Amino acid sequence: MTASTVIEPKKRSETLYFALRNNKLRIGVLVLLFFIVLTFVGPMFTDYEPYQFVSSGAQPPSSEFWFGTTTLGHDVYTQFVLGLSSTFIVGIIGGGLGTLIGIVVGFTAGYRGGVVDELLNILTNIVLVIPALAVLLLIAAYLEVRGIIAESLFIGCLAWPWTARAIRAQTFSLRNRDFVDLARLSGMKARKIIFSEIAPNMMSYLLLAFILQFGGAILTAATLDFIGLGPTEGISLGLMMNNAVLWGALLLKVWWWFVPPGLAITAIVGALYITNVGLDEVFNPKLREM
Amino acid sequence: MGLQVENLTVYYQTLRGSVQALEDATFSIADGEIMGLAGESGCGKSTLSNSLVRLVPPLKLIRGRVILDDQELPVADVERMNAYRFRQLSVVPQYAMNAMNPTRKIGRMTSELLRSKRVDYRAALPEIKRRLDLVKLPQEVLKMYPIELSGGMKQRMVMVLSTLLNPSLLIADEITSALDVSTQKAVAEMLVEFRNREFVKSIIVITHDISILYQIADSIMIMYAGQLAEKASTETIIHSPEHPYTKMLIASLPEVGVRYADTRLTGIPGKPPLLLDPPVGCRFRHRCPVAFEKCVEAPPFLEIAKDHFVACWEVFRKYA
Amino acid sequence: MKRYFGRKLLVYILTFVLAVTIDWMIPRFMPGDPISILISRFGPRQGGYEALQGYFTSAFGLDVPIWQQYLNFWRALFQGDLGISIYVFPTPVIDVIMRAIPYDIALLLPAILLSWLAGNNFGAIAARSKRLDDTILPLGYILTATPYMWLAILLGWFFGIVLGIFPIAGAFDQSIPAPSFSWLFISSFLVHWFLPFISLFLVQFGGWAIGMRNMIIYELEADYSHYLEALGAPTRLVRRYAFNNAVLPQITGLALQLGVVVAGALVTEVVFSYPGIGYLILQAIQNQDYFLLQGCFLFIIFGVLLANFLIDVAYVLVDPRTRMGMQGEVG
Repeated sequence: MTASTVIEPKKRSETLYFALRNNKLRIGVLVLLFFIVLTFVGPMFTDYEPYQFVSSGAQPPSSEFWFGTTTLGHDVYTQFVLGLSSTFIVGIIGGGLGTLIGIVVGFTAGYRGGVVDELLNILTNIVLVIPALAVLLLIAAYLEVRGIIAESLFIGCLAWPWTARAIRAQTFSLRNRDFVDLARLSGMKARKIIFSEIAPNMMSYLLLAFILQFGGAILTAATLDFIGLGPTEGISLGLMMNNAVLWGALLLKVWWWFVPPGLAITAIVGALYITNVGLDEVFNPKLREM
Repeated sequence: MGLQVENLTVYYQTLRGSVQALEDATFSIADGEIMGLAGESGCGKSTLSNSLVRLVPPLKLIRGRVILDDQELPVADVERMNAYRFRQLSVVPQYAMNAMNPTRKIGRMTSELLRSKRVDYRAALPEIKRRLDLVKLPQEVLKMYPIELSGGMKQRMVMVLSTLLNPSLLIADEITSALDVSTQKAVAEMLVEFRNREFVKSIIVITHDISILYQIADSIMIMYAGQLAEKASTETIIHSPEHPYTKMLIASLPEVGVRYADTRLTGIPGKPPLLLDPPVGCRFRHRCPVAFEKCVEAPPFLEIAKDHFVACWEVFRKYA
Repeated sequence: MKRYFGRKLLVYILTFVLAVTIDWMIPRFMPGDPISILISRFGPRQGGYEALQGYFTSAFGLDVPIWQQYLNFWRALFQGDLGISIYVFPTPVIDVIMRAIPYDIALLLPAILLSWLAGNNFGAIAARSKRLDDTILPLGYILTATPYMWLAILLGWFFGIVLGIFPIAGAFDQSIPAPSFSWLFISSFLVHWFLPFISLFLVQFGGWAIGMRNMIIYELEADYSHYLEALGAPTRLVRRYAFNNAVLPQITGLALQLGVVVAGALVTEVVFSYPGIGYLILQAIQNQDYFLLQGCFLFIIFGVLLANFLIDVAYVLVDPRTRMGMQGEVG
């Protein structure tokens, strides 16, 4: 006997209650909100273009150049706030696409089973074992013009396998439950069962998967940008670090050039991970601390 | 000797408050007795067994004593209880199918477990093999991984393992619910055999399947909503129960031999109360056909005839 | 077990075929006619045209049908012919890569294995005490969220430039004539090796520690743990069992993480100009050396597949369930 059989749970309000008093969730969401606001508000406080020569090179942070200038005489703050939006775009599009493909493949494999499952499983394992970055390098290197959207899409196309695997396993366990049987017996179509019976039971799970994909896409994009295969137009946090290393920021001790972009990525991705853990605790009563 | 439980009260701590899962349980089990413990899910039978085996948060001991073989058990002290577990008090858990470490050979796991209790595996081996024979398990199982055994085999292996140190009290928690009918019967009879051979002195069999108890139990104790309702010999409980809840419970079983009193009792209108804020007095009174004013006080668990205990004011009135 | 390895090998072989196919396809079907760019880049080089001729007839063979080109590509591959590098012209790509491989192994193998071991042990310790848990867990999340190159940059800047303790470029002192087993070379090698190693180590360490901590907590809630506790087994034994079982998914995790770690190694090498595959890739990109880039791609895939296979073998050795021909699955 557990308490849950004794108490009639008021589920929705309880989830909210735990969500509001979960410290991990609070910290994670707060950090994310800070960077989201900065992405929108930040650009209002600069009159420069990211690659505009604004001053002699390597100026330390000052009241005029908040984050200092690069050795090339560009304003670091301008690059930083504009780079943030690239980061979020990659996260949303890349992470979103990765999650979406993962959901479709995972649901289909888990629900259909049999040969479909076997084939999708092999496909999943293949894409899983290929190092995504190596493929991205190859594709990007041959592209003359690279945009941030294309980059995000490529990342999403290679990031889905682990989500697919997780969702397949979940679907497997859900599809054998009573309510799904009931739906099947009553003659519902497969797709309808997936969307009306299985998916709602997995919403929390999907949210968690998306958060992880979001963080993963950001890291992958930063890596790609850093090698010099990021967007050919515009600025990103990875590109800032790439330029910093290429133009001698280390030797010249221009730390204000490479610290902000890396710190922002670490903070955003770290906040995503911690939010994920917090949400997991909220959705999964077993993990709640008593 | 045997087991005495006095005023055992254990609450289940939740963020919404204490669930009063076990209230003033007082009963005893004699040496050699097999006692069935039955009731609907949520009646507190698992809380009772957990309180004896491993009383850890969110369970909290409010008051009461547990005495086994004339020694008081430190039930609330997880560490000190370790000295009694396995040797004096053992358990065949509900999850017996998954109770063994999947990545250890059974023999090795047994030896490591025994060594942690300062028992030499090599010396115990002949006895282990005798008991394997008794439950019709080949001795080779010791060289196997749990995954190589069938469900019934795992169940029997765990029964042998749990009783290896000849504990005074064995708690068998829903051990038959995952098995098919013929295996169920075999497992139940094995419990009796273990008792007869004095591998264990007394046994508490927790189940919602009263037909199993009819076959093997010497006595049956019925619980309702965290309170003891009635305890008597199996014959008495089945054929002449006194507590109104027991009567309805037995009557709701079409005949003895039909299983599962667990799902909602259709014969009894209403639902068990929520134990977060249970009604004062007898917790059955809202569903009880014979309830009267007195029932707002909690009835004591009194012996109305030899070895027949009931907690019901109406019954007391009748016997007074 | 046969079935288990059979499936694994099938996936690996299919993956390799797919990777080679991608490698073959991308230069041919990408927009912008990369091959003509390639040819034009070879043009001005001394002896470039002849080298190009030789390779193109065997691998590209642009005048034969597509399927023939594809087969020729495979044939060239099996002969170890990956083309000629432009960056270190006219060295064959395979030789350029072979020179870089030892540095990758020296960097990756210790970083992966040591971080895995250390992370697992720290994670297990963290799961034991609330106070450690409160410090190791946030630290672990921060480390695992850190981009590899950023940690490399920070470490290089702080220990290399600010404190000046470690060199931040190359694999050994350029004044040493050639790699040898002299003390001078080994000490110089180790000093150059340390920063790239430690930055790779740290980022992974965070991930393993978190993973182990979570797995242990999960295993401690498993039925077999509860049974041991119910029988009064000492905490030591319960934890040992939980650890042994929690390590299994961590081995699977190692296989899954390889791609990410390799990516991390690439950028770490870029930061420290460490002459492994990552540094080659950067040079290949900057010099538009497509043969070299494609060769590096194939080697990375091959290396990851090989590592996956080794991990599979290790997994079978430690998890009896796979040996029984039952469930239990690696990545």
